Amino acid sequence: MTTLDPLRLTARDAKRLLVDGEISAAELTKVFLDQIAAVEDKVKAFILVTADNAAKYSTKVDREMQAMRGPLAGLPIAVKDNLVTEGVTTTCASRMLHNYQPVYTATAVRQVWDGHVVMLGKTNLDEFAMGSSTEYSAYQVTANPWDLDTVPGGSSGGSAAAVAAGEALWALGSDTGGSVRQPASLCGVVGMKPTYGAVSRYGLVAFASSLDQIGPLTRSVYDCALLLQHITGRDPRDATSVELPEPVVLPSAERLDGLRIGVPSEYLDVGLEDGVRARFDETLARIEELGGRCVEVSLPHTEYALPAFYVIAPAEASANLARFDGVRYGYRCSDPVDLTDLYERTRSEGFGPEVKRRIMIGTYALSAGYYDAYYGRAQRVRSLVCRDFDHAFSQVDLIASPTSPTVAFTAGSRTSDPLAMYMSDVCTIPANLAGLPAISIPCGLSGGLPVGFQLIGPAFSENRVLAAAHALEGAIGFDTAPPFRGSRSSSGERDRGSADTTPRPEDTHP
Amino acid sequence: MSDDRRRLVGHEDGTHPDWEPVIGLEMHVELDTQTKMFCGCAVTRGDDPNLHTCPVCLAHPGALPVVNRRAVEYAARIALALNCTVRPRSVFHRKNYFYPDLPKAYQISQYDEPLATAGWFDYWVDGERLRCRINRVHMEEDAAKLIHAGGETGRIAGSDYSMVDFNRSGTPLIEIVTEPDIPSPEAAREFLQQLRATVMELGVSECTMEEGQVRWDANMSVRPAGSDALGTRTELKNMNSFRYLQQALDAEIPRQIALLEAGETIEQETLHFDPDTGITTPLRSKEEAHDYRYFPDPDLVPLEIDPAWVEELRATQPELPAARVERFMRQYGLSRADASVLAPTGALAGFYEEVVAAGAAAKAAANWTMGEYLAHLNAAGLEVGHGHVTAERLARLVMLVEDGTVSTSAAKEVFARMIEERAEPGEVVERHGLGQISDSAELEAIVAEVVAASPSQVEQYRGGKQQVLGFFVGRVMKATGGRANPQLVNELLRRTLDA
Repeated sequence: MTTLDPLRLTARDAKRLLVDGEISAAELTKVFLDQIAAVEDKVKAFILVTADNAAKYSTKVDREMQAMRGPLAGLPIAVKDNLVTEGVTTTCASRMLHNYQPVYTATAVRQVWDGHVVMLGKTNLDEFAMGSSTEYSAYQVTANPWDLDTVPGGSSGGSAAAVAAGEALWALGSDTGGSVRQPASLCGVVGMKPTYGAVSRYGLVAFASSLDQIGPLTRSVYDCALLLQHITGRDPRDATSVELPEPVVLPSAERLDGLRIGVPSEYLDVGLEDGVRARFDETLARIEELGGRCVEVSLPHTEYALPAFYVIAPAEASANLARFDGVRYGYRCSDPVDLTDLYERTRSEGFGPEVKRRIMIGTYALSAGYYDAYYGRAQRVRSLVCRDFDHAFSQVDLIASPTSPTVAFTAGSRTSDPLAMYMSDVCTIPANLAGLPAISIPCGLSGGLPVGFQLIGPAFSENRVLAAAHALEGAIGFDTAPPFRGSRSSSGERDRGSADTTPRPEDTHP
Repeated sequence: MSDDRRRLVGHEDGTHPDWEPVIGLEMHVELDTQTKMFCGCAVTRGDDPNLHTCPVCLAHPGALPVVNRRAVEYAARIALALNCTVRPRSVFHRKNYFYPDLPKAYQISQYDEPLATAGWFDYWVDGERLRCRINRVHMEEDAAKLIHAGGETGRIAGSDYSMVDFNRSGTPLIEIVTEPDIPSPEAAREFLQQLRATVMELGVSECTMEEGQVRWDANMSVRPAGSDALGTRTELKNMNSFRYLQQALDAEIPRQIALLEAGETIEQETLHFDPDTGITTPLRSKEEAHDYRYFPDPDLVPLEIDPAWVEELRATQPELPAARVERFMRQYGLSRADASVLAPTGALAGFYEEVVAAGAAAKAAANWTMGEYLAHLNAAGLEVGHGHVTAERLARLVMLVEDGTVSTSAAKEVFARMIEERAEPGEVVERHGLGQISDSAELEAIVAEVVAASPSQVEQYRGGKQQVLGFFVGRVMKATGGRANPQLVNELLRRTLDA
């Protein structure tokens, strides 16, 4: 068996080794389980590691190689813990679902399970995906493998950190306002939010239904395309899902000849750190070197996107999270005296502060007398943001920006300042509002921490986005291996008690 | 309301000539689709609890709704029957409130962009046609069923614990909202009965009342007679009995009039009607009204309806009760009263038309169908079409009466024996000798006997008391077991007595 570096191995290379018989699925899985054993107590990327099942299932993939083949077979994956997995506890990093055993599996997860991936476990997130640092998890604070004293971003911080730390070959996350791209940026990995509707939301625990999309977190753009290939498609269980007009193609481009890249001045005006600005400008220069052309474009309503998002997303969330009432599943307060008491205490005790904040904002925004002033107006802003993009894409093929205005910030530095936390997503939110595909790729380091470069395309231009990102990635040559520097203090951790794994029969799914 | 107050208002006959009631109705109909509104679970009634559930109708995390196309079709058929415009685009909203029978804590419903608007429905009250405008028809989903155990009220307050049956959760529900066009409690009852018959005729819901498959809300106010203004209204919610609805409205009108005549104001509130006391009491007032925080459901795209599809539905609508009443009057020469009995329900109308098609005269067929046939069904507790007399046999019986083979009075016995013996009318007549006696020789002998046996009546008749003839006819009929041809008997009697 070849010695593999879990910090640099791509899915593409791993697949080649599997196909060539250089390594077995069980051995490949063990590489990642060993890495989890080695670094997880520092990184805390997983809420639940399904080690036994992963080991068993990978053995089964080896044994039944004829029946269980395909591009994904035997490749270990981590899954964000807001994607429901039948028989495997799904918590959304909330006390509310501390014991929730889903009775079905999310379509996107089902699709990769059907491709015989090996699931390593469920990754940490901000509670119900509400946050940008993964610090709002009810269970644990995940560390950024580049500097353990900083946050991995969020809300898919567990997935991003797991990939960056070599604890997973790749991962699934979800992106409502940047929750895949921003942690990808902060952890030095690739993260993509597809066009709204490209991936079924069935089984993604809803935060803001009109904005949520599932997306891959990977160590390369090629891997991102490979995973995306298997999770896209119209799902009869999701009325908002659509078939992509053309299937996702595995990218091979090395040049950007003729490609027009728009750089919106508004995105450079959001208090970018100098290092972020420097890496961004260097990347624009590489685009020109590769034959692309960078032009300035204007997205004039950008400054209103963030406030509009923080009305629309909480409004939808206030209804989406109303089902957690202690009646049918999940957390229930002890000894309620009556129905109102059951509701009030279950929800007071079951939700964390950021979730409550958003439920209250959303409830207020939808209230009689305020609806037009808040929700109605936010929807009009959303239309204007869409129009900005339509106009820009009549002039350019793609739009480029930094993914996050800053590199990874120190744990605890923003948790008491919600607005500062919300600003983390200022560059990523507009693509959610407009439903556009957007990718973040690492474009270098600033102060030893990764900087992310974002490319946004018109709706359904996944292939264009992936091709350009692939060419750029080749030119940048980013080394994905983090140094695990820093000495993480464990003061901010919350003890979840013993992780409860529900073992499943080996043959029902991975 | 005190008896004193009751005396203050109105006349002794209970009318209030200075005031007129204004009533608007909302009717909820559960559709008989095979599956639920937003998931694939079966729509059933009476099954064991929680058999027909899934992540969607239990509102598990991550589950999403998908619109049932058949439910849209059924709703559109209702809308078309109510002369509404089916809108090319309608939107599902979330109506937010917490209750254990509502697993998502919001009901998916339609709000400011409903499926259909601006229609009307014509209905008949005491031979007079009234038109009620229909404000809207919209689609939503039903809640689960709560059963409160322990306690005395059967309500959640005071119960020991409550159980939820999610079989009903997500059943397609249609809401029909009228304009406040209904002028009286009786008209309200008629409207709902005729509307229900129409919905049933469409085949989209059986509208069973006991199981609450159809239920309604009424809102009502009163205003000075002749005024156009609308007064403050009160609401009666979730009723599923026509009789209670009428009773509740009958109780509510004088209550409102009394308050207004005493110079007080009407509180806008929801009332509960207690059929035992006949009194309405407040359930909740408007100040406590929910803020439902409606907003468009982002899980569902707007419902786009192709106008060509609507036209296809229109072309394949069944004949509706009101139209059939008119046709029966026109085609069969029936009175409105008869047509209103025979035509409204498809099964009975169909049976009647079969009887006529098999050769029976229309009027006689109507009398037999409404009379003996319905009486038989009632007595035997059978559905129309499942009686022990087929339309063909009834038609043959009607024809035997018509051609004089069987007398009208004997025919009733023939009918009874047709049921008993499951036999053709001809067979019955022959087997039991029930044919009409039109043989004058045979009858002459009987007439002679009867006349000879009643000398005093003969004297009366001959003394000018013509009515006594009836006495003799009766005797002859009795002697022949009702089989004598009455015309012939009359003729023979006169000939004998006048001689």
